[in-house]
Amino acid sequence: MIDPATASAQWRVATVTAIRDETSEVKTITFDVPGWPGHLAGQHVDIRLTAEDGYVAQRSYSIASAAGPGPSIELTVAAVPDGEVSEFLHQELRVGDLIELRGPIGGYFAWSADHDYGLLLIAGGSGIVPLMAMLRSRAQAGANKPARLLYSSRTADQIIYRDELDRLAGRNDGFVLTHTLTRGAPPDWSGERGRIGRVMLTRRHFLPAGSPDTYVCGPTTFVETVVENLVAMGHLAGRIRTERFGPTGEFR
Amino acid sequence: MLVTRGFKGKRRGAAGDWRRLPPGQFFTPEFPVLTAGPTQHTPTDRWTLTLQHGGTLLGSWSWDQFTALPQTELVTDIHCVTKWTKFDTRWRGVTIDGILRAAGIATPPTAYLMAHCDGGYTTNLLLSDLIDRQAMIATHFDDLPLLPSHGGPARLLVPHLYFWKSAKWVRRLAFREEDKPGFWESLGYHIRGDPWREQRYEGDR
Repeated sequence: MIDPATASAQWRVATVTAIRDETSEVKTITFDVPGWPGHLAGQHVDIRLTAEDGYVAQRSYSIASAAGPGPSIELTVAAVPDGEVSEFLHQELRVGDLIELRGPIGGYFAWSADHDYGLLLIAGGSGIVPLMAMLRSRAQAGANKPARLLYSSRTADQIIYRDELDRLAGRNDGFVLTHTLTRGAPPDWSGERGRIGRVMLTRRHFLPAGSPDTYVCGPTTFVETVVENLVAMGHLAGRIRTERFGPTGEFR
Repeated sequence: MLVTRGFKGKRRGAAGDWRRLPPGQFFTPEFPVLTAGPTQHTPTDRWTLTLQHGGTLLGSWSWDQFTALPQTELVTDIHCVTKWTKFDTRWRGVTIDGILRAAGIATPPTAYLMAHCDGGYTTNLLLSDLIDRQAMIATHFDDLPLLPSHGGPARLLVPHLYFWKSAKWVRRLAFREEDKPGFWESLGYHIRGDPWREQRYEGDR
């Protein structure tokens, strides 16, 4: 019998099987991972890169693909300016390359369609990635409890998974999609404009009634602001799960 | 060791800095914020710190009483399990030795503690990782009061372990009979979390 903890902690050699552009700054990489123990939506993996002289860099990336047994998983990676690992993944990585990774990691910012009490998802930028895994898992499982996504992007061409999100919203299975753009919208834009606040959250029915599971992922200041608004609206702090990336804006 | 084709790495900083990096870490000049849920905001006039063992209260301090205890400054590197390391962070607070002394505890009742925090976060710790000036409850960072987003008004600081052990918004330290996992430790993270042994996840040795 394989202990699940040991299986997740073990480094595996994965093969890159596909690389595709999501936006000009974001790519999705598909890996074949022999022995992958399966994952839940929202979990992440660690990647380990090793230079010829033994120098090592590790980073964590959210899994984008739906929950399942593998052995194929997808990671969606945003290019971080001057990022040691993301720059390599964007510019150097090719199909057929071998990459060490381990996981799945994280049992908290995770969701399973087996326990569907309704979902409120709020994403900023590439914070969409673990939430997309939840939406994909939800569709794959045929779940139909209400689910809402409010997704903040700077501009329309920086929206990740735009076509697929539209397709998911067209399934009429209880999923409602709202985009907001913070740095200007095209003339025919029908979504929200500007940063997420209490008015927008209320207008889009991100309400505490029914205590839905709430997941917020994005840059630190984005998550802080959204969560403060949710708590002020009466959401129970214990139902809000957060994942932040990047430094705090209020460092002093 | 699998060499990654085409990977050279950026190797920022001086060669001497690399030796200060535990395996798999990179160093950042920023101070990222990571928390499982909302930031807690506890006003200091409603803040207390308690020390207990089972149902026995061993010590309790108001904010004014706590900040009147002997202060210690600690300059140290900190290591987050999400891979960032920050060098030479400067903290001020009360060492765990100082807290035990203030409670009049000459002989600790057990070798294990659980830290309990506003918001419900917990983390388990060995007493041997807290004493001998290794750890403190910190109230200041760089001479300024700790911001709520960084765990203010007071957080645990156990810098030789991964930083999830340095629990934000700490309010209660409880001696336990056994080393039972806290929040992250029961969600797949390592029970102790020594960065130099790369004890990130359950299953790491």
